[in-house]
Amino acid sequence: MSFKDTFLNGEKGLFKPDGLTPMQKLALRFVVTGVLFYGLSAIEGMIMRMYAIAPIPGINAEHYFAILTAHPLVGIFGSSYSIVFGAFLFLVPFLMKKPLWSIKLGNWSFILVTFGTLTFWGAGFIAHYAPLYTLYWPLPADFSQFGPVGGAIFILGIALVMVGTLCFVINIFKTISYTPEGHEKVDGKAMFWSAVGFRWKESIFRKKSKREENLTSLPIAAIARGTVDTALNAGIITFTGVLILVYMVAAIFGHSLENTAIDALLYKNWFWWGLDLIADGLVLIFVAGTWYLLAMLITGKDLYMARIARLALWVEMVVSWTVWSHHLLSDQAQPAILKIVSGELVTAFELITQGLAFFITLITLWSARPLKMTNPLKFLLGGLLGFGLAVPAGIIQADIGLNRILHNTQWIIGPHVHVAILVGLTMTLYSAIYYLLPILTNGAELYSQKLANWHFWLHLIGGVGMGAFMGMAGLKGMLRRTIYYEGEYSIYMILAGLAGSLLLISFLLFLYNVVMTVGVKGLIGIYQPAKLKTDALLPEQQAAE
Amino acid sequence: MIDSSVVLNGQTIAYTLYAIAVLLFMAWFGIKITSEGKAGVLKTKFFIILVIILTIIGVSLHITTSATIPWVTIDLNRGDYTPDKSFEITIVDHEFKLPEDKLTAKVGELVLFDVKTEDLTYGFGVFREDNSMVCQMQVVPGHRNDLLWKFEKPGKYTIRSTEYSGPKGHKMILKDVLVITE
Repeated sequence: MSFKDTFLNGEKGLFKPDGLTPMQKLALRFVVTGVLFYGLSAIEGMIMRMYAIAPIPGINAEHYFAILTAHPLVGIFGSSYSIVFGAFLFLVPFLMKKPLWSIKLGNWSFILVTFGTLTFWGAGFIAHYAPLYTLYWPLPADFSQFGPVGGAIFILGIALVMVGTLCFVINIFKTISYTPEGHEKVDGKAMFWSAVGFRWKESIFRKKSKREENLTSLPIAAIARGTVDTALNAGIITFTGVLILVYMVAAIFGHSLENTAIDALLYKNWFWWGLDLIADGLVLIFVAGTWYLLAMLITGKDLYMARIARLALWVEMVVSWTVWSHHLLSDQAQPAILKIVSGELVTAFELITQGLAFFITLITLWSARPLKMTNPLKFLLGGLLGFGLAVPAGIIQADIGLNRILHNTQWIIGPHVHVAILVGLTMTLYSAIYYLLPILTNGAELYSQKLANWHFWLHLIGGVGMGAFMGMAGLKGMLRRTIYYEGEYSIYMILAGLAGSLLLISFLLFLYNVVMTVGVKGLIGIYQPAKLKTDALLPEQQAAE
Repeated sequence: MIDSSVVLNGQTIAYTLYAIAVLLFMAWFGIKITSEGKAGVLKTKFFIILVIILTIIGVSLHITTSATIPWVTIDLNRGDYTPDKSFEITIVDHEFKLPEDKLTAKVGELVLFDVKTEDLTYGFGVFREDNSMVCQMQVVPGHRNDLLWKFEKPGKYTIRSTEYSGPKGHKMILKDVLVITE
């Protein structure tokens, strides 16, 4: 095939969007859009990397901080949420061998998350609303720095994402618990409680003779437990958004609400409790669940210590409700007991739960050696490495003594946050994408394995390198969320910028490889209505019906 | 009290060694998993040992730091100490208001920074001449924000906000306003 043919129709013309089921289209729409939002977030990240070397003429401080505000939200909601939602809305029915509860609701999730992300990104770009995602009160309602109209549109965008998220949550739990027409009746409540880990009859702490088999498989349990945190987080963010919106609407109508009516420290506790349901909750749980699933799929074997793994997922969920105080170790008014118990000790459990997930996955892989170094396997190993580096970095900063000299430095955002997200989470998601690609595309062939190899190495070196150089700067006192004008840390930032550029190049190679795999016509076709009218997941299942 | 740069150097060495070990382990694992060899699973007792090791590492970090980093005890028991020197600082509209043009103290003196904000949440950080951080805390409106610190080295120190408080916040820097003498 000529270059032009491949570019238009994909590798060997194998990908036919007309042959996709509505479920395949839904999953692909989410994943492709999530990948594109990752690209937007990567470009923003690169702008900020350049700005950290030397402020860029033409981008003033207001614009820079607006980018800094939008960047993590586009990355988390626009990219990670989209990819995860698409994958799990497909995988839950796939693993449970029944249709998704509502494809229509799934498409609404997609529309709301996508347009919500575009709305808040656009509002930030135009109005420069920039209180950062931390929203420390009363900053989001400080209208001497930010206009209320732009802010209100920004909050509206976040609200759309949250409504889309709640649609996802409903769809996941309904799919787990409902009985489709023609299927054997299941006890919906029992399925739900089994999935979230509160069904006593199957508890690991019950006598073996009295213990019942788990009604839901381990990957379903992981998805359900992560979804609990997703739901709680959506509730907190929505409440917070409504609160800020009240202040903004009042300001738009010329009424200034007293901005000290809300206790700043209580608000900070509330906000971090909610936000940690993402950072220390659903991310870790979803990732662990995805590792387990991928390890089982790659090896074709049962998971090592599956019961312990299931228990660890439950502990992870409960731990994620109680660790928020590690963000407030430098708040002197925060009670010491909360700092020690929640901030230090409970947080240390994450080392145990994530460490268990790390070793259980490795041991499962080892049980099937020799394995072929496929794309899913190599990206899975990259994801494991990412969390192997990032979780201990987080435990170090979640320490009363060390936090005093690390808080808000580049250490936090480099070796911990970016290595966790870019190397740990993103490489795990790439592993799932490479695994699901032939399933979701009815056997489309990857355009170039060589490009996939470059994608892996450049992403890995770029992600680890960027985190390392940011961390070195942080240990030398470089703060996050600020601007340096005198090149105080330029050597570290040049090196971090070079590593960041490897990440961007690796993404462009991946994107090119995907476009050449499915073709431009194929990409457009994903977004067109499905021609097959079926709730089956795959075309062959429809044929079997 | 040891200087916080000593702790930072110790942490740098420890984490660098750890990171190298993890990278090497994963590289070894990647090679071995694709090579011919015995495919087995870890015995349960070794797995239990692994869990115990993880638990010990997780908890011992905090026990070690609370026993070796001197400012932890001072910080958690601030009410029991009488400072040798107190500085009451106010922040309003992205500006530090100091009690004097230069804040001075001596090496080894227990210094109290009592920082109040009248509007937003800010940060309060003390930095050395080479820009490395000595210590910091958050400054939250409506609450007491007090930090006790003992300086171990003479020199000029810079105060700057360590928390984002809007685009104006990055200019909240008072260079060399804190002078520590022998």
